[in-house]
Amino acid sequence: MHTPTETDRAQYRNVWVIAEHRDGKLKGVTFELLGAARRLADARQSEVWCVLLGSGVRALAGECIARQADVALVMDDPRLAEFVDELHADALTKLIEKHKPEIVVCGATARGRALIPRVAVLTNSGLTADCTGLDIDPETGVLLQTRPAFGGNIIATIKSVSHRPQMATVRPRVMAEPEPQTARKGRVISEPLPTAVQHAARMKVLQAITNTAEGIHLADADFIITGGRGLRGKKGFELLRRFAHLVGGAVGASRAAVDAGWIDYAHQVGQTGQTVQPKVYMACGVSGQIQHLVGMQSSDIIIAVNKDPNAPLMKLADFAVVGDVFEILPAMMDEIRRV
Amino acid sequence: MKIVVCIKQVPATHEVSIDPETKRLKRESVEAEVNPFDLYAIEEGLRLRERFGGEVVALSMGPPQAQWALREALSMGVDRGLLLSDKAFAGSDTWATSYALARAVETVGAVDLVLCGKQAIDGDTAQVGPGIAAHLGWPQATYVSHVQDAGAKHLTVTRMNEDGHDVVQIDLPAVLTVVKDINTPRVPKLRDCRTALRAEVAVLTADAVRAEPARIGLDGSPTRVVKINPPPPRGGKTLVLDGSPAETARRLVHELRMKSLV
Repeated sequence: MHTPTETDRAQYRNVWVIAEHRDGKLKGVTFELLGAARRLADARQSEVWCVLLGSGVRALAGECIARQADVALVMDDPRLAEFVDELHADALTKLIEKHKPEIVVCGATARGRALIPRVAVLTNSGLTADCTGLDIDPETGVLLQTRPAFGGNIIATIKSVSHRPQMATVRPRVMAEPEPQTARKGRVISEPLPTAVQHAARMKVLQAITNTAEGIHLADADFIITGGRGLRGKKGFELLRRFAHLVGGAVGASRAAVDAGWIDYAHQVGQTGQTVQPKVYMACGVSGQIQHLVGMQSSDIIIAVNKDPNAPLMKLADFAVVGDVFEILPAMMDEIRRV
Repeated sequence: MKIVVCIKQVPATHEVSIDPETKRLKRESVEAEVNPFDLYAIEEGLRLRERFGGEVVALSMGPPQAQWALREALSMGVDRGLLLSDKAFAGSDTWATSYALARAVETVGAVDLVLCGKQAIDGDTAQVGPGIAAHLGWPQATYVSHVQDAGAKHLTVTRMNEDGHDVVQIDLPAVLTVVKDINTPRVPKLRDCRTALRAEVAVLTADAVRAEPARIGLDGSPTRVVKINPPPPRGGKTLVLDGSPAETARRLVHELRMKSLV
């Protein structure tokens, strides 16, 4: 395998953000990444490029520029309307080969985590998953990527020394979103879907279903209220849903509650569910097994409500409420409505 | 249908910590288990074999003790276990690991489907499954929660994302990574565990799968770990609220309101 030389590396320039969008709207993680990319590009004295792959995505270019992109690199084609891993990965690979970015970042979402590992293999690049910190090493100019591993029990710093681009997926909701500046100017570069990529797709999306009934999704929520075994059944989750609706939050669940069939797996937080990092994580009747803690221990504020003051989560929490969920939650809802 | 299930032996999460003196990861004498997501992959492989016939091969890359993960797969009912093990693989990152596993899948030959867990709970990267697909040049679907339909040429599966789910049709051969929702893994019978203890687990070296030396191990890995640290401690102490529900509610809502969180 060819290990790139200093001369090869010198051709690679600029920081790319791979935009994520759904139903014609950019996702928050794209803005967060544009903010991070601005800082990295300034340190490297280079540009921020926002890559838009999809159908009808040309319309999103202005918004990327307002949020710190210098260039919107657009590949707008109806064949990219649905996320087909292989097709999107091949298209992005062609863009990377042509324009040679030094750094490529993408949200560590279901889509990003499917797309970017494939592209890293195709472009022979180093990739670090689920980063929570990105910095430029002031001495070498190399990207330092910080990420939790072993369920958050360690924090590792990783770099790609010789291969370019340096690639990372970044956890949503960790980096700050820059404010839009509507007066900002930038360039738009449009690229056609390469002919080499127009092969018959070996996967097709038959149906794309959004869980509208569930309100706000775990990944997007500032406030997550989670229920465990202490909720005693489906009815307990009705109370959590009312609470979540009142505070504009999302409902999570422990593995025990999901396995008991009280709520869908899509709500499960923890090792075999989702890792979340909201501003407020309020756990109701969740004892806090290690497998649960690894999925939520990076939340800003943790509130635990439990009858048992010795439950592990009560020790970790910022606020440990000793009491009955069915009394505490209605009292809090009254208090929130009152003022 | 010929299915390869890729599994990983991982340390039990709560056992992992950093030695305060050496600043290195303490992994010796740590209890090991099959990565939980991989159990769902094994189970799905077995169910597909029950429906369509064929063979399920469990494949793991790791040190000699990773044979125990394969024996667990054997006790659940896979037909055979393959251990991809060679000192030359040491230090492989996800790029080099997925390359080596892809070579092993090619060595098995005539494979229709590769199943992986969504991610391993130690590295948490979710990169090896798509990496294998890329090295093989096969289509992929990740976060798969349901296999609706299977034919000789393609599968119809449901894949989850943050907003909901997609139903996709994917041509074989393909790589799928699966989530917990897909099934409930069977508990092996004691007798099958005993048989699995005595079963032969074939060991494949780097040469045996014709892996290029420059693409495996540390040399074949584009990334380097610069340092590892313990996580920053959570700031502040736990405030215990054990008054009446009304008092507690007032205090908590006040705290949240001060930070504009409700």
